[in-house]
Amino acid sequence: MTGAGSGATIVVESPGLFTTVQDLGRPGHARLGVSAAGAADPVALRLANRLAGNDEAAAALEMTLAGATFRFEAGAVVAIAGAEMEARVESDAGALLVPAGCAAFVPAGGRLRCGAARQGARTVLAVAGGLRVPPWLGSVSTHVGSRLGGVEGRALVKGDRLPFAPEAAAAAEGLEVAAAGRPAILRRLEGELPGGPAGALPVRLRATAGAQWDRFDAGARAAFTAGEYVVSGASDRMGLRLDGAPLAPPGAGRMLTEGMPLGAVQIPPAGKPVILFVDHQTTGGYPVIASIITADQPRVAQLRPGARLRFELVGLDAALRLLHEQEARLAALRMVPA
Amino acid sequence: MIRAMSAPGREPIVLSFASDRTLRVAFGEGLDPAAHRQVRRLLRRLDQRRLHGVEDLSPAYATLLVRFEPRRVAPSAIEAAVRGLIVDLEDEPLEAPRRVEIPVRYGGAEGPDLTDVARHAGITPEAVVAIHSGVRYEVHFLGFTPGFAYLGTVPEPIACPRLDEPRRSVPAGSVGIAGAQTGVYPAATPGGWRLIGRTPLTMFAADRAPMSLLLPGDEVRFVPLAGGVAARADA
Repeated sequence: MTGAGSGATIVVESPGLFTTVQDLGRPGHARLGVSAAGAADPVALRLANRLAGNDEAAAALEMTLAGATFRFEAGAVVAIAGAEMEARVESDAGALLVPAGCAAFVPAGGRLRCGAARQGARTVLAVAGGLRVPPWLGSVSTHVGSRLGGVEGRALVKGDRLPFAPEAAAAAEGLEVAAAGRPAILRRLEGELPGGPAGALPVRLRATAGAQWDRFDAGARAAFTAGEYVVSGASDRMGLRLDGAPLAPPGAGRMLTEGMPLGAVQIPPAGKPVILFVDHQTTGGYPVIASIITADQPRVAQLRPGARLRFELVGLDAALRLLHEQEARLAALRMVPA
Repeated sequence: MIRAMSAPGREPIVLSFASDRTLRVAFGEGLDPAAHRQVRRLLRRLDQRRLHGVEDLSPAYATLLVRFEPRRVAPSAIEAAVRGLIVDLEDEPLEAPRRVEIPVRYGGAEGPDLTDVARHAGITPEAVVAIHSGVRYEVHFLGFTPGFAYLGTVPEPIACPRLDEPRRSVPAGSVGIAGAQTGVYPAATPGGWRLIGRTPLTMFAADRAPMSLLLPGDEVRFVPLAGGVAARADA
């Protein structure tokens, strides 16, 4: 924590469609029914924090489909990752576009105005020094379903004030531009950004066999990987509802309630798959045909209503190899001065 | 991927990966109290051993999920460690349950489905209350929302199926029945259980220790609050 006198505030002028405080979540309390929550696209959160000079797990803002507008009462270094929202820094000294994958300086009194996501669905905004939001169970992540964590357990609204404390290093880094008082791009990530918005449609989601895979009949299993699905508008951080040819679940879709993993693809009685996402309930009673691999969580996060997707079944070894490859690509990304 | 372990006289214990970061241990697929005791014994051992790389444990009726961080630990290492903890699992002692009493105002506006449950059972609302409050329940697990405990077992005569259409919002403290399960809604949420009463207790508070009034393994009794069964719903 920084010392007294370093306080500064971000004011929410327009909250966007659905903007919440997130970090990497609070796993560890499933037995109490407490969801882990956390950034939908954890890769974007880590990269935005890295660009901002923060710990990768620091608190940041997750915006959804339509971005927010913030006014900075003190100069700040901000960074953006995930879906491209045409973020603009506006100040008396000029305006500047901040592409995803960049860190920028926002002068005191300046605004950051984020537009609609051009592709993908979620954008992370990190602020150097991190947001000063009180943690609950070791995390600031918002879970709106249980109204816990983040800012009063809810999405941001107009007028919310978010304290942040620019760390010495981040502040010093911005000094040169701060002296000039102008918005400026400070640095950007160079290299292949993993997990970003998928260009080609339909999106391919890789999954390992789910807990009840063996209980689905051969026809349902074949249809699951052969079919194309469309993300329904009734999707959120709890789950993505998919439209497509229904699959016949075993046992008429009923089973004894049990714990559910992140990314589980449940098949309820009506046969339309539901992908359990970051805010999902800890337990569930519908059979799980497959579970999305960890490396593809960012792809799920970037699916928007109407997006088309297909499932591909992979083995555990392949899932782990893909995760380790993704981590290697992340580690290889370099930050270069803009 | 699925491997069975032989345990004489029991359903085999089945270990499988429910995702690339989740090991699932199943002691059976049905409502078997012996299987549930095994879940609690393994949870106890996992709590004591604190395996490297494990992030969360999610016990349910007959299964236990072990969530791990695959960037920090190999799934095969988790599987081997859990396999080791299952050896002689039946010898693991279980603590005596905590006893919790939950006061309930049955019927009326606070228990709008009490008369339906009575009709379903072919008995009076008073008899439903006598049966519901006359037995001790066990907290099998928590889920759905923070602090929501799944309690069993509801005596067969008053085991009433869920509503066809869930309510959009159920008041906090509502006591419901769903088949052989009963439970208390900790917060206002949508819900499909048959509501027979309400407790004034706060079931979950984020700033309290323990946060949840009910914890896995607890023994619970519902105590009717004075005033008898409110008959307003019938009037």
